Amino acid sequence: MIAAVSIVDVVKHFGSLQALAGVSLEIAEGEFFGLLGPNGAGKTTLISTLAGLVRADSGWLSVLGHDVVKDYRQARSLLGVVPQEIVFDPFFSVRETLRIQSGYFGLRHNDDWIDEILENLDLAGKADVNMRRLSGGMKRRVLVAQALVHKPPVIVLDEPTAGVDVELRQGLWQFVRRLNNEGHTIILTTHYLEEAEALCGRIALMKQGRIIALDSTANLMAAHPGGTLEDVFVRTMNQ
Amino acid sequence: MIGFWTLFYKELLRFWKVGFQTVGAPVLTALLYLLIFGHVLDEHVQVHGVRYTSFLIPGLVMMQVLQNAFANSSSSLIQAKITGSIVFVLLPPIPYGAFFAAYVLASVARGLMVGVGVLVATLWFADLQMAAPLWVLVFAVLGGAILGTLGMIAGLWSEKFDQLAAFQNFLIMPLTMLSGVFYSIHSLPAFWQRVSHYNPVFYMIDGFRYGFFGVSDVAPEVSLMVVVACFAAVSLLTLSLLKRGWKLRA
Ligand SMILES: Nc1ncnc2c1ncn2[C@@H]1O[C@H](COP(=O)(O)OP(=O)(O)OP(=O)(O)O)[C@@H](O)[C@H]1O
Ligand SMILES: [Mg+2]
Repeated sequence: MIAAVSIVDVVKHFGSLQALAGVSLEIAEGEFFGLLGPNGAGKTTLISTLAGLVRADSGWLSVLGHDVVKDYRQARSLLGVVPQEIVFDPFFSVRETLRIQSGYFGLRHNDDWIDEILENLDLAGKADVNMRRLSGGMKRRVLVAQALVHKPPVIVLDEPTAGVDVELRQGLWQFVRRLNNEGHTIILTTHYLEEAEALCGRIALMKQGRIIALDSTANLMAAHPGGTLEDVFVRTMNQ
Repeated sequence: MIGFWTLFYKELLRFWKVGFQTVGAPVLTALLYLLIFGHVLDEHVQVHGVRYTSFLIPGLVMMQVLQNAFANSSSSLIQAKITGSIVFVLLPPIPYGAFFAAYVLASVARGLMVGVGVLVATLWFADLQMAAPLWVLVFAVLGGAILGTLGMIAGLWSEKFDQLAAFQNFLIMPLTMLSGVFYSIHSLPAFWQRVSHYNPVFYMIDGFRYGFFGVSDVAPEVSLMVVVACFAAVSLLTLSLLKRGWKLRA
């Protein structure tokens, strides 16, 4: 079977800083995968190389068998990325934003799916509101919606719940779980370790551009009996 | 193709939603130039055998076509880069050729809209005939495309608004102002006439003006060749920058 995501020996420097020091990772189709690590560990950089926003110095990355450099059009159309930073285009309403994003992925007449996403992210009431007039948490929901317009089989969420209220957090996880049950592969980064513990089947811990632990959530927890994922995290980081 | 149309449409909407600033303001600026220079010089100056006001209008139209085409692509890119919303066009599978075409054509569209606006607004001041309308259109489109492409280069290169402003103030403004918008280069000293021949914008304006009066400083076929060659050069450069993801993909 082809891996949903395959990352082989990826190295990336920013000037003299080594952001990725040879990362290899394979994520199977249908996994709910957690990418954890302290600030600056390289999580966003790894996601960005997968999405083609950052070019790796060396190594290979592919999405469902499509190389992200040579076969970038297929790779990108199979991937949906929710960026970490809140960004928006101030010229448009929520619905316009989502229609335009659909068009970029080659989709016309996508309104049924757009409505469904809006409903699930509790944005239906804001569909015709300009992006500038949304609160921070609502803007983040729109970012999630934008990543989903083309029903990507592989969905990457880079800290989707930072600054988001409890209600949406639960709504968001319910929706993402449903997508996962329907076969979408989910890759999640978060600093809320309880979330990762509850949701992720497998977890990679990153530190200084390397993966220092990679196992199923259950196995990671079993290595430190009685502890939470947070204990596992702290101990692994200090080893 | 849908990706291209969507990006093109988005770029059109982007300036059209603030059309008062992006189309209305440049038309007003051109009218002010016309009122001031036309009023002062109309009595005294004739160029190519036409009154100064009539001579000036095509130059002003073309100047606004060019400056607004440049402003459109450059401001769109720099805004998207600075706010981070550029990711929305970098994540999807839009081929770089489609990316290029969408930005340049939207710039041409804005340039032409402003140009038509200036032309219509100035009809009250002079009665202008088009001797060869096709030349008018060809030079407006190609000139807009060249400046739209230069705007892309400037927008890609700049990391801050003041870098873009420098590009605009120290390169684009002098090139357009010293291109013969306000005068025929035959009225310049020989040295400056020769210098003007190295300014590609001179050929755009001269060819455009030929379409109105049927007379020009240089044969329109020569101007057309220069302009086509310039467009080929800047677009090949821009396509290669986009292909590499220069200053877009870290
Ligand atoms: N565009 C860039 N230019 C220079 N350095 C960068 C750039 N992007 C990231 N870095 C550096 O690379 C390292 C990894 O950053 P990255 O954003 O991948 O971390 P992260 O694991 O996502 O952290 P966080 O949890 O804070 O989001 C950091 O030291 C960061 O300063
Ligand atoms: Mg990050």
